[in-house]
This record gives sequence, C-alpha cells and structure tokens, in this order.
Amino acid sequence: MSLLLFAALVAVGSFGAGLLGSLTGLGGGIVVVPMLTILFHVDLKYAIGASLVSVIATSSGAAAAYVREGYTNVRIGIFLEVATTVGAFTGAVLAGFVPTSALAVLFGVVLLFSAYRSSRPREEHVTAQPPHPWAVRLRLNGSYPTTDGMQPYNVQGVPAGFVMMFAAGILSALLGIGSGVVKVLAMDGRMQLPFKVSTTTSNFMIGVTAAASAGVYLHRGYIEPEIAVPVMLGVLGGALLGAKVLARARTDVLRKVFTVVVVVLAVEMLYKGVTGGL
Amino acid sequence: MEQLIGRLLQVGVLLAAVVVTAGGIALFAHYGSQPADFRVFVPRVAALRSVGGILAGARALDSRSVAQLGLVLLIATPVARVALTLVAFIYQRDRLYVAITTLVLALLVYGLVWGRA
Repeated sequence: MSLLLFAALVAVGSFGAGLLGSLTGLGGGIVVVPMLTILFHVDLKYAIGASLVSVIATSSGAAAAYVREGYTNVRIGIFLEVATTVGAFTGAVLAGFVPTSALAVLFGVVLLFSAYRSSRPREEHVTAQPPHPWAVRLRLNGSYPTTDGMQPYNVQGVPAGFVMMFAAGILSALLGIGSGVVKVLAMDGRMQLPFKVSTTTSNFMIGVTAAASAGVYLHRGYIEPEIAVPVMLGVLGGALLGAKVLARARTDVLRKVFTVVVVVLAVEMLYKGVTGGL
Repeated sequence: MEQLIGRLLQVGVLLAAVVVTAGGIALFAHYGSQPADFRVFVPRVAALRSVGGILAGARALDSRSVAQLGLVLLIATPVARVALTLVAFIYQRDRLYVAITTLVLALLVYGLVWGRA
C-alpha cells in the first residue's frame, strides 16, 4: 500500500471513529488504537502516539464549549490533574517495560468495561449531604446551572477520587486513551458530583492528562507524523460533524451500534493479546 | 475567565489543525508514492523528536517537521490552558491553587521539553 492510500484510509476510519465517539459520548479515542493495530497493522507504539494526539484535539475542542456553559469545575479539574499527570508519567515509564501482549489484554478489558458502562442508565445524585473535609479545605464545592437556576453541590470522597485519577492517568499513557470512563467513575461514583459536572470536568482534564504522556512520547518517537496527521484530522473532523448533528441524531440506536463495535474490537484485542499476534 | 479559557482552547486546536493540514498536504504530496509500512517501531531521527529540532526543521520548510510542529502546537494547547489558569489564580490571590497549578504546569513543561517521565 502506498503512503497516500494508507493516509486516506486511516483518515476515513478516524473520521468514523470521531463521529460515532462524539455522537455517543464515548469518545473516538478508544477505537483508534484497535483500528490502527488490527486493521492497518501499525505498531502499538505508533498507534498510542497518534491516538493521544487525537484525544487532545477532541477534548480541547469540546472543553472550549463546556467551560463557557459553566458546568466545568476548574478547581476540581486542576486539583485532580496533579493525580492524572503524575499517573501519566508513571504510565509512560511502565510503557517501556510492559509487554505488548499484556497491553492488548488490558486494552480489551478497558473496552469491555466502557461498553458495559455506556449501556447502563445514569442516575443523578442527591448532593445535599455534608461535604468531605478535604473538599472544604480545597474549596471544591461549587454550583452549576439548571433549569431552576444555579444549583449548589457538595463534594464527597476526595481521597478515593484522587487515587482513581492516578489510575486513570496510568491507563491513559499505557493505552493512548482519554480514560474518560475511569475519570467519570471517580467523579460521578466516588465524589458524587452532578452528572453534567463530572462529564464536563472529566473532558476538561483529558487534554492535560494526554498532553503529559504525549510530550514524553514525542521524544521517544511514538508520534509519527505520517500516522498522527490523518488520525488527528480525521477524528477532529468526525467529532465536529458529530457535535453539529447531535440534536437530530438517534443516539440510542447509535450507542448500540458503537457498543457492538467496541465489544468486537475488545474480543479481537483480547484474542491478539493472548495469542501474541499484535 | 471561563470565556478566555474556552477561546484559548479553540484557537489552539484551530491553529494546530491549520499547521497540521499544511504540513500534511506537503508531506503526502512529496512522499505519497512510497510504501507504507509501520509494522515495526523504528524511532525517527532525533531532529523530529525534540521541540528544538522540529522548530529548526519547520523553519527550513521540511514538510515532516511542519506537520510535527502542528502536532506539538496541539500538545501545547492544554499546557497553555494550565498556564492561563495559573495567571487567573495569581490574579485572585488564591495561594493554594497557585501552588497546585504551578505543580501541574511544571510537570507538563518538563515532559514536553525534556521528554523524561
């Protein structure tokens, strides 16, 4: 295959990943690495580098809109970025030692977990409980816009959330993903933030987490322009179109389609990991 | 403040996309007919793996370096966002968050410029 054809096909695939990822809210990043490694036989290191770049592009683009709407809690974001950044550096160090087969298995597990989480209904929290003492000291409690005006909320489980964010940072660097699932799990599950606040603050943090390991990977040569260019432009284009048509799209059907794609890729990654075919 | 952060993120991504597109077009016009084989990881020459080397290559209008510069601009966008947040906390005289944000910024700059984890 010529480089031009390769780039064109990768761009089309990435466009689809970005479109579905933005329409379903799962993010396109989690399917970029399996697509590149399984379909295009790209080395996992190059795939991780390209995927991280696309994650930064989509999260920064989306964060720009969310921050202005006032859902994002900047204090919570920056405080937890300490954990995700240190986690990302830890992951970048580990990436040099963990065998490819183990990474493929880990990737499969994360894909399956993401599919499972996205198929479950979401419940909104009652946030009137007293806050965690750390939340008071760090002034993390905030308020967010609702149809009935600004609604204040208290933050729970700060230490547990911080530890989970460290894990999210490691996963992000090891697999080249945004780890949005783990981030939302920490903020929604542990810290009991309102759903809109946890998803937008998670998205706000994803770019910083990905930039931490991408900087290190640039120096190692994981970021190869011939792969990262079509991936970045494709995913970004798909995500932008997704945001435009979101209001008119049948997201329930799309979510099911995307979940099936994710599960198939998960099984493929697990198989390749176990048989050492990656 | 939120407006400014939002604008910065938007401009950063847009600028990076323009530079990546320009570099990408030149790159694939020039090397497009070569075979694509990325099955085995082979690190590039050091010039494409450091910020200084990429800047020098881009100034010489090497297409790979220009594309790579666009990718570096993209990686730098969240870093610039953290820097802007730091300025906001300094302005608010919020000492605790000035310290927290400085730590995050130092880690990010260290990773991007020195490339060691």
